[in-house]
Order: sequence, then structure tokens, then C-alpha cells
Amino acid sequence: MVKSIWKRIEQAHFFLFCLVVLAAPLALRRFDAGDYYLSVLVLAGINSIVVIGLNLLMGYAGQISLGHAAFFGLGAYSSGIVTTRFGLSPWLGFALSIGLNAAVAYLLAEPILKLKGHYLAMATLGMGMIFSSLFANLGITGGSEGIGVAKLSILGYVMNSRDLKEVNYYYFTWIVALVLVYLAVNLVNSRVGRALRAIHSSEVAAHSIGVDIAKFKTQVFVISAMYAGIAGSIFAHYSTFLCPPDFGLTQSIRLLTMGVIGGMSSIWGGLLGASILTMLPQVLDVFAEYDILVYGLLLILAIVFMPQGMSRKIALGWKKLTRQES
Amino acid sequence: MNFTDQLLQYLVNGITNGGIYALIALGFTIIYKSTDIINFAQGEFVMLGAVFMSTLYHHVHLNLAISFGLSVLAVAIIGILMEVLMIRPLRESSVVSQIMATIGASIFLRGAVMLIWGRNDLFVPFFSSGQPYRFFSAIFDRQYVWILAIALLAMSGLHLFYEKTIHGKAMTACAANKKASMLVGINVETMVILSFGLSAALGALAGGVLAPFGMKYDTGVTFGLKGFCAAIVGGLGNNVGAIVGGFVLGVVEELGAGLISSSYKNAISFCILLAVLLIRPQGILFIRSGERV
Repeated sequence: MVKSIWKRIEQAHFFLFCLVVLAAPLALRRFDAGDYYLSVLVLAGINSIVVIGLNLLMGYAGQISLGHAAFFGLGAYSSGIVTTRFGLSPWLGFALSIGLNAAVAYLLAEPILKLKGHYLAMATLGMGMIFSSLFANLGITGGSEGIGVAKLSILGYVMNSRDLKEVNYYYFTWIVALVLVYLAVNLVNSRVGRALRAIHSSEVAAHSIGVDIAKFKTQVFVISAMYAGIAGSIFAHYSTFLCPPDFGLTQSIRLLTMGVIGGMSSIWGGLLGASILTMLPQVLDVFAEYDILVYGLLLILAIVFMPQGMSRKIALGWKKLTRQES
Repeated sequence: MNFTDQLLQYLVNGITNGGIYALIALGFTIIYKSTDIINFAQGEFVMLGAVFMSTLYHHVHLNLAISFGLSVLAVAIIGILMEVLMIRPLRESSVVSQIMATIGASIFLRGAVMLIWGRNDLFVPFFSSGQPYRFFSAIFDRQYVWILAIALLAMSGLHLFYEKTIHGKAMTACAANKKASMLVGINVETMVILSFGLSAALGALAGGVLAPFGMKYDTGVTFGLKGFCAAIVGGLGNNVGAIVGGFVLGVVEELGAGLISSSYKNAISFCILLAVLLIRPQGILFIRSGERV
């Protein structure tokens, strides 16, 4: 009973959120710099997808990953390589990059997820560093020179056409993001989600009641990597040029920061954190010089004062408000 | 240069790097033993050591040795501040939160240095001038001698500190069992503060001897990560392991870079790390530590 009400509230939230997302470009049209804001929102959407995947892995299953940029980069580079080196269709590139991400994550999951705590953190960090070194040095990725990526088109209609690039891409990115949000929300409210939370709170207990720990961990790792890969492909076709620094340790840490600030154990928290941290530097020009400093400070303050993230804080505040009124 | 000469040169470079990695790995180990926290800002201690030293030397016009000493002291104070302001409020938090907080501290320190000192490399003069030494056919830079000498001195000093002084023994006791240490009247809080100070000082020592090669706001990251690999290779949580891990990593990495490809130098370190984690997470030494991995 309680669950069904909760489900309905969540569905209503999701529906509202969809409306806001779809209506945003219409509202932004009134501004001169509307296109610029749209481009920031596209990046926010791309980051949201990665962070939601990261939250599934870290917030729900409790498996730390300090190397998630590796999968983001894998998705981006496979799209780039398929379109530029082999001249194939970007859509085929999408499919290949999702498949490749899933396969790589599947192979890595078993040895890496055996580790716990600090050791897992170190292993994922090492994994991320090895990947970023490969991106920077392999011939096929263009090394430090970078690599171009073909533009995306549907039925011969180029999405990045000059006058409509931002709007088209905005809708494309966010429709994908909304579908992925919907899937993630459903996943965490399902049997799988419960199993993941059980693993998070105690592996031994989860194992004793018959949760197949290794299987669920691997599954969530693969799903998380696929989210990152999809976002990577979208990013590749949007920026149409890739260079290694975008997929290194710094990027992994930025993604983590988004997750932590928004709230790791909630899908909406992922959206919130990714959107806020993507927009902040763009909105505040002053920020540009100080970005590293402010990032670090935000991260420390968020950890010390909001260990559960902003989304939890907002939810609690909302509860307080409504309780006072009733 | 024939192959043997090359090998010897790689070995010399590797051992020198190993000294640096060992110092940083020791810093990790000391904090890890006292708080169970992996401190991701360890590399920033290295960077700060070099940056402060350069500032004291060039702008306060102190001589090299005094600049070095003062910079180590200053970084130790920063380490202590970090513990008091950030780690202490997180005593009860999860591993992920604590890791994230130290990552935050490392980003913050990097940003602060970038703002104050800019994006250029900062240097100090080499500790002694003159021709590099020759060791058979290998070139032994004078600074390398300083690096190894200071690293070995620091290690012996640390060993004596743990074995001979009451504070050192108290720290060892705290690492072994906090509750029991409290019961016999050791102030655990003080020991944790001490461990952060000590760890930061070791980092700054490494930074100071590296300063002649140039350091800027983001150079510390790589050193921190390498020191980290070394600590794990030797087995997280014991000092001998950190030292052995440091030298092993330094030599293997240098050989790998020389024989395979220098552009994959970092990747080689992390492959070693992953291999150790997957095969022997307790480290390559056959030391039984009480910890289950």
C-alpha cells in the first residue's frame, strides 16, 4: 500500500520532470544567449547519464569506482573510431560502443569486484589510469593529437546543422536521458534494486538470505558502464572532437563529485548533482579561474555537512515544511 | 651504449625513483595505520614541499637548507590542519566519504597553489653543483645522491622514532589497537594528529629533494598515485612493505619504460598495481599482517 503510493508520487515526479525538460528550449528561446544555455544543458544531460549509472553502482550497490571516466572514454572513442577510422554509420557506432562497454565491463567485473573498500577504490583507479594512458598513446585513438568524430544524422538530416544544432541535440540527449532515468528508477524499485541495497548494507547477510552477490555486482557494474558508454557516444558526436584529457582521472573525480553532491543513493540526486555542477562554472564566470579550488571546497563541505547529498537534504526539508503546515 | 650499460642506467634511475616512492608510500602507510583512511592528498604534500621551498629560497632569500627545513615544517602543519578541520568531523562516516573528502582536500590544495603561484614550474638550484658521478658506465646525477641519502636518513629516523621514543611506541600501539591504547592512557587524538603531521612531513621531504627538477600545482598527483601503488605493492599498512614496495615499483617501472615504451610508464605502474591487487592483495612480502583483504 505504502509502496504503491510512493510509486505514484515518483511517477508524478517523473512526468513533471519530463514536461520541464521538454519545455525548456521553448522558454530559452526568449533569451539572446538561448543557444549557449542549451549547449550547457546538453552537457548537463550527458553528465547526468554517467552519474546516474555511477549512483547505481556506488550509491545502491556500495561499490566504489574511481575510474568511471574509462567507460565514458571507451564509449566516446569507439564512436569516434567507428565513424572516423572506418567510415561507418554513427548509429552502428552507438551499437558497437554499447556492446564493447558491456563486454569490457563484464570481463573486468569479476576480478575487480572481488576487492573491497580501499582495495576496490585502488583497483578502479588503476583501471581508469590504464585506460586514459591507452587513449593518450594508441595510434587508433589519435594519441594526444585527438580524433575527429562524424556528425550525427537521422535519415540524411544532419542533427548538428548550424542553425538548429543545439535544439536538436538537446532533445536527442534528454530523450535518451529520460529513458535511462526511467529505467534506472524502475531498476532500483525492483527485486534487483533491493538485492543491491542488501549487498550494500551487508554482503554476508545478503549472501545468507540467498542473494547471488557476484551476479548482482557484475550486473550493476555492466549496467553502470553501459550508461557511461552511452553518454560517451552522445558526447563524442556532440563535440565532434575527442582528446585524452577529457577522459582521465580528473573527469572520474568530477563525476564522483557530481554524485556525492547530488546524493549517491538516489537517481534524482544524480540528475541534480550533475546538472548543478555542469551549470555552475558556466553560469558564474568568476568561477572559471577558481574552478579547481571551488570544486575541492564544495566536495569537502558537501561530505562534511551533507553526507547523504543535496537530494536527501531537500527531501528532509520538504518533509519538515509540510509537517509544519499540517 | 650497449645493453648492459642501459640496464645499469635504468637501475640507477629506478632506485632513485624508488627512494621517492618509498617516502610517499610511508606517508600513506602512517596515516592508514592510525586512521584506516587512504589519504589522496599525499601527493599534494609533495608538491607543497617543493613550492614552499622554492618560495622561501627565492622570495624570503633564506639559504637552501633552511628553506628545506622550514618548508617541511610548514607542510607538516598543513597536514595537521587537514586532520583537525576535515578528518575529525568524518570519524564516523563511511570509507567512501572519507576517501572523497581527502580527494576534495587534494583538489582544493591544487587549486589554491594554482591561484597563488600560477601554472608555471617552480625550481630551486641543485643541492650541490658539479659534474655528475659515474657508477661504472651509468651516470649518477648529484641530486640522485641527495635523494637517496635523504630518503635513507628519513627511513632510519622513522625507524628510530618508532623503536626508541615513547611517542613512536604510542603510535604503534594505537595502530594495533585503539581501545587498548586508550585504556593504558595514550591520547589517541594526539597520535592521529601526530601521524598526519609526520606523513605530511615525509611527503614534503620528497618534494624538497625533487624541487630542483621543477614542480607545479598539478605535479603532485602522479607522485601521490605512484606512492600509493608502492604502498599496496609492499602490502598496505606496514612500513617495511612501503619501503620495499617503493624500490620495487621504481625499478620495475623504469625497466618497463626503458625496455617497452616510455610513453606507457604510468600505465606500467598501474598494471603492476592491478596485478598485485588481483594476485596478492596483501602485498608481495611474506609478512603476515592482521588485516583481511
